[in-house]
Amino acid sequence: MSQPGPSWDLVADVQLLLQFHFMHNAFGAATLVALLAGAAGYFVVLRGQSFAAHMLSQVGFPGAAGAVLVHVAPVFGLIVFCVVAALGIGWVGRTVDAGHRAESAAVASILAFSLGLGLLFFRLYAGSAAGIYSFLFGTILGISDRDVQLTFVVALLGVAALAIFGRQLVFATVDPDVAEARGVRVRRISIAFLVVLALAVAITVQIVGTLLIFALLVAPAASALQLTARPARALALSIVLSLAFTWLGLALAYFSNLPVGFFITSLAFAVYVAIRAVKGALALRTGKQHIRREWSAAKA
Amino acid sequence: MGNSSAVALEGASVSLGGHLVWRDADLEVAAGEFVAVLGPNGAGKSTLLKALLGVVPLSAGTVRVFGRPVRRGNDEVGYLPQRRRFDPDLRIRALDLVRLGLDGDRLGVPLPSRTKEDRVRRMIELVGASAYAERPIGELSGGEQQRILIAQALVTGARMLMLDEPLESLDLNNQQAISDLIRTICERQGVTVLLVAHDVNPILPFVDRVVYVAGGHVLCGKPEEVIRTETLTRLYGAPVEVLKTSDGRLIVVGQHEPVSYHPVDH
Repeated sequence: MSQPGPSWDLVADVQLLLQFHFMHNAFGAATLVALLAGAAGYFVVLRGQSFAAHMLSQVGFPGAAGAVLVHVAPVFGLIVFCVVAALGIGWVGRTVDAGHRAESAAVASILAFSLGLGLLFFRLYAGSAAGIYSFLFGTILGISDRDVQLTFVVALLGVAALAIFGRQLVFATVDPDVAEARGVRVRRISIAFLVVLALAVAITVQIVGTLLIFALLVAPAASALQLTARPARALALSIVLSLAFTWLGLALAYFSNLPVGFFITSLAFAVYVAIRAVKGALALRTGKQHIRREWSAAKA
Repeated sequence: MGNSSAVALEGASVSLGGHLVWRDADLEVAAGEFVAVLGPNGAGKSTLLKALLGVVPLSAGTVRVFGRPVRRGNDEVGYLPQRRRFDPDLRIRALDLVRLGLDGDRLGVPLPSRTKEDRVRRMIELVGASAYAERPIGELSGGEQQRILIAQALVTGARMLMLDEPLESLDLNNQQAISDLIRTICERQGVTVLLVAHDVNPILPFVDRVVYVAGGHVLCGKPEEVIRTETLTRLYGAPVEVLKTSDGRLIVVGQHEPVSYHPVDH
């Protein structure tokens, strides 16, 4: 990528950004991914399922590698493997995050095996390290028209599913017993969410790769939930942050020639840390004020 | 009791995982009654509530609530499950939790609704929780959370409240405050109350009847009829003694250990 650097003229910058077709594809796919990841992320954080997201992304590895081996787009393999894994977790029933020792050992073994399997597939194909690298850290600049179309369909499905059962999902998350009594099929909806999560993971891996998936699937929602406990606002804010990190990350990567994944994760991390710091400082201040008030009350 | 009957169980039995919990239960609760559900741990008190909610199916017999077969999602029934506290990090407002009680079972994107918001606010006011309704549920104290959950259970316009150990893990002041609140709701709103308790003493003054679940049986009657040495010995199928303290509290002791109503110190 050799291009003139950015100026303070935003319109010119955007024109620069979008002068190549691959950047159209990158922005299109990234926007769709950010939408679904931001929305699904709200539920991931509320449900405490970060680990499930991470696990799904790793299980996707042999899927992507296998797809390359049989000459289809990696994202296809990702989707198939992730969805099957999600159904598997759902079928086993218990939440992966429950922290049972035997279970986490089992999950860890499966993860190691799936990574190993992926490695084998890549070797069988051509022994290309680039493929593995792009799977681990994302390949946004190599997105084809086909990938964009598929990403569009998947994102649409995922967002539509969340729009339909998101409210029941929140109920089932915060208050499963009452939700069950009120007629919500808690187990069924947990599995449905895992499938949506699998879809989100599959398309997010294209942008930030499996190792950086938290940047889009967890960090924006975690920041949003720090700022507000209102479900609608937190969800909207999570999507907005996710979009902002993605667009800014892409632009910075384009102009600097450094990896997209680095910028997206850095932005997500910086915002999260800033929010925590400000909240911490505020809490400290109100705490001090409180103590001062108590003191003066005690003196009086 | 015909139309005024809130709960009617006839020859009801429940099995869970092939294990018989209790059988041949006959129980009739009149609308507006305050009923305490008592018995040792694991006897099937919670299962009784779940059977009345339609969450656990009967293996025999019939169950009717307000004259109709039970079904999940019945707006006439409010439920407070047995639980520990909400996770302190749970980032959702108390108000949202009450709102979920109203329409959390629906599909689709929730749209702002004046009527629903007013209804939620009214319920929160009724239980005296307006001061902290906007705060995240996890940050509230046990007593505050319990009030919010009562509002949640009532918000559909429930005519019956089923509460599973709502006084557990509350300090004495809060036990008193919450049981007073439930009593007021029962008396003023005419809401039927089924309350599972570990210790009957805090609610003994205003309980109309008690349901005792023990030894695979369900027994119902006035407190002074049921909580007696002879009755409970027959129910448990083992020697049990009911003692009365000088201040009128009841203590049930088994042969080897206190069975129940032991003032709980947690």
